[in-house]
Amino acid sequence: METYTSAMPLIAVLVSLVAAILIVLSRRRPNVREMWTVMAALAKFAITLAMLPSVLTGRYPEITLFTISPGISLALRVDSAGLIFALLASALWIFTSFYSIGYVRSLSEHKQTRYFASFAVCLSATIGIAFSANLLTFFIFYEILTIATYPLVIHKETPAAISAGRKYLAYLLTGGAALLLAVVITHWIDNSLAFTPGGFLSVGVGEGKLLLLFVLFLIGFGAKSAVMPLHSWLPTAMAAPTPVSALLHAVAVVKAGVFGFIRVSGFVFGPQLLQDIGASALTAVLAGATILFASLIALRQDNLKRRLAYSTIGHLSYIVLGVVLLSPGAFEGGLLHVVTHGVMKITLFFCAGAIYVKTHCENVSQLNGIGRQMPVTMAAFAVASMGLAGIPPLSGFISKWYLAQGTLAAGYPVLLALLLLSGLLNAGYLFPIVSRAFFNRSVSFTKFNEAPLFLIVPLVFTAALSVFLGVMPDGIFHFYQLAADVTVRVLNGGGG
Amino acid sequence: MSALPIIIVASLFLSALLSVLVGIWQRTLAYIIALAGVGISLGAAAVGLFRVLDNGNLHHYLGGWLPPLGIEYVLDPISAFMTLIITTVALVLMIYPPEVGLSQAPRKGIPLYGLVLLLLTGLAGVVVTGDLFNLYVFLEIYALASYTLITLRGGPAYLASFRYLILGTIGGSFYLLGVGFIYFSTGSLNMADVARLLPSLYDAPAVTAALALIVLGLGIKMALFPLHVWLPDAHTEAPPIMAALLASIQIEVAAYALIRILLTIFQPQYLSGWLPVTSIIGWFAAAGIIISSIMAIAQKDFKRMLAYSTVGQVAYIGLGISLANPLGLIGALLHILNHAFMKSCLFLVAGGIRQQTGFTDVSRFAGLGRRMPLTMAAFTVAALAMIGIPPTAGFFSKWYLALGSIDAGNWAFVAVILVSSLLNAVYFFRIIEKVWTTPPKSEPSVELAKEPVKRITAPVTILAVGVLVLGLINAVIVTEILRPAVTQLIAG
Repeated sequence: METYTSAMPLIAVLVSLVAAILIVLSRRRPNVREMWTVMAALAKFAITLAMLPSVLTGRYPEITLFTISPGISLALRVDSAGLIFALLASALWIFTSFYSIGYVRSLSEHKQTRYFASFAVCLSATIGIAFSANLLTFFIFYEILTIATYPLVIHKETPAAISAGRKYLAYLLTGGAALLLAVVITHWIDNSLAFTPGGFLSVGVGEGKLLLLFVLFLIGFGAKSAVMPLHSWLPTAMAAPTPVSALLHAVAVVKAGVFGFIRVSGFVFGPQLLQDIGASALTAVLAGATILFASLIALRQDNLKRRLAYSTIGHLSYIVLGVVLLSPGAFEGGLLHVVTHGVMKITLFFCAGAIYVKTHCENVSQLNGIGRQMPVTMAAFAVASMGLAGIPPLSGFISKWYLAQGTLAAGYPVLLALLLLSGLLNAGYLFPIVSRAFFNRSVSFTKFNEAPLFLIVPLVFTAALSVFLGVMPDGIFHFYQLAADVTVRVLNGGGG
Repeated sequence: MSALPIIIVASLFLSALLSVLVGIWQRTLAYIIALAGVGISLGAAAVGLFRVLDNGNLHHYLGGWLPPLGIEYVLDPISAFMTLIITTVALVLMIYPPEVGLSQAPRKGIPLYGLVLLLLTGLAGVVVTGDLFNLYVFLEIYALASYTLITLRGGPAYLASFRYLILGTIGGSFYLLGVGFIYFSTGSLNMADVARLLPSLYDAPAVTAALALIVLGLGIKMALFPLHVWLPDAHTEAPPIMAALLASIQIEVAAYALIRILLTIFQPQYLSGWLPVTSIIGWFAAAGIIISSIMAIAQKDFKRMLAYSTVGQVAYIGLGISLANPLGLIGALLHILNHAFMKSCLFLVAGGIRQQTGFTDVSRFAGLGRRMPLTMAAFTVAALAMIGIPPTAGFFSKWYLALGSIDAGNWAFVAVILVSSLLNAVYFFRIIEKVWTTPPKSEPSVELAKEPVKRITAPVTILAVGVLVLGLINAVIVTEILRPAVTQLIAG
């Protein structure tokens, strides 16, 4: 592994933090304020993308800032795994920024400054998580993300939103405490805490203790990535405005938890150790159950956002499953699913938000015939639904294909059956919405009357992106190559 | 021999006397003298810290009498660190208008600055003295000043102060009795000398009794659970700025005295021997952390909630002391520093809220974030630090305490630290949520409320920024100051 010192990772993290300050300062002038958001989003994406060529050639930019605890530095390093997450989050932030502007202005939301500033801080934390070079740096950004999301969850300040905020904190701060304990113990076992492909822990301290340690990580990351039974904050957090649900509750926050699994299984424990202590099997059972139950519960949700939330819970566990199985296909599929699920789910949330802005409908049962009024939105919804169900040539197929192969390679045909069943259930809870929208009639939706362009353009782009990534998984972003690179490094890596 | 240790104490003491005399004639001049006194002391502490770290300990022999006969003042890494905390926090607090939270401005007859400076003299004295009896004198100097300062608000404050006076005096007496036992066992009062003489006397019951009495006495002074009963009343009834002083540096100095005596005079193996003082302190501290956090959740009054939180935070320090390993002590000392910033910030915010709205009850803080955004932002930062959210300072003291507990193999303490973070989150997020989300009530006191004057917002902001900065630079403090300090302490 070759590294070189560069300020780029730091700038990528800081750009939105600076933007947050500028947003607060220009609170009296909404247009200037929104300009900062857009500029920060574009800059962040450009900086992240600029690091791609060197990472693809195996040269990782890194920066060590200062010592944060004796022996441990606040350090950022851009490796393939981190870049996948960062590219995804920063690219989708651009769309979300435009979408947010359209959304909050159409609904004349209150406290828009707090909204945009918190959003920017969340993105800084997310990129920080992606680029963290060691577990303590990771934990710091992880907790910042928890706190920075809180103002967005309670944004509406209705009693429902406030109680959702409490639930959110109760789950995530408890998860954070478990994670802190895990980090402290890891530090006690091995002083460095630096992420190493293939893991740095060794079996020396005893298998039972290591399994216990993994369970702590499982609680910590499981809370954020909504692995059952730690999932129930996520549907409740749908009280947040839709762009928040779209970017944070489908991409940034929950994927930060999933990304934690990637780091811990691939870069702290390593494949061999994880198998030996039985952690893979334990997590696979939980994730498998989550996939099944979340899909079943999603079938019965009438509230569109809640249905999407349960769908998210299920899909997050696809990734967790892939990551802990640690067979080549499964790990690669998990990484790819981080991207493909992010792109498709954000499209679905964007559509739900567009429908809400235009019609104030929140429930699936109200959507009869809405395809007539909002054909573009519902077309995008249909595309993303098919993608989530795993229909080729959409991007969801690619990641599921690898996951499916991975389950066989890892020797769990049961999980293959589960994946296929869950694909059907996906179709079962998403397609009825599409068919309702296009094939049912209703008196309320008769004329073409789409949502504002600020909302439509982003969702068309993300829908197009999910098609593009299905046809050319390695186009532009080279997600495929990055995922393959991580997988090779992790599975062939040293192992402490 | 160096003059620095005595300058730190003397500049405070002399300005105390001077400000009383001048204060009768001109209050503003008394303020300037007080500022100058604290400033000089701060400068001496800062210079002292650098010198100590570079060239080793500084000693001053009072009146030229060499120890063990004379009184010795010592500046070593820990005492220099402590004096720097005391003087820095004091200087920031002196920006704050002292009359906030009082029903009327202090009358001319009350030598306010004189008392505060006397309090600081006592605190600095306890820290730099190398003499057991002299430590008692300073302990009582600061205690007497505290009793008076608490009564400034009148009414229930008299009772709170009287209770504190009774218990504080009992604590002081226990300490004195313990020192007496040591004196007639060893014939010396100089700490270094006693440390040299004691190991041969460890079997003597008098030494064990001395240890027990000193721990008990200082335990009362630092409000270590379950000896904390005087604290909630005293800190609630004291004017905000006094509460900030008392909570952030006064009781920590007693904790410092405990560290000093346990680790300099006695040896670790004795402390875990026949009378296992350290584990007794540790388990009471662990219980105190949890119980006081729960008590804090149950409080309606903001300052009383903060007071219970102080009991819990001091117990963190006690927990770190009881671990008696390098990481635990680093955690304890770092927490003294961090807590000084966090808690004084919170008490000053309490004063600001009271001044603007007259509210003391948490339930009435609804919507204050909209009325006084800067103050409330500072409150939020300090509250997050109290919970221990990284990268604020509060996280790192807990980090070292947790590492120390694991090093000692004490998993229960680790659990206590984490659970208490969550309990802290309960009582602080309750307020954060209310302040920022609930719309303000339409009563005149809220509608007229606005950001307090600059003399209130300035120290509050400085302390909140300090909490963030201390978190980011904690590694520098730990490696440059605390690690050498703790190494020296444990090596004896």
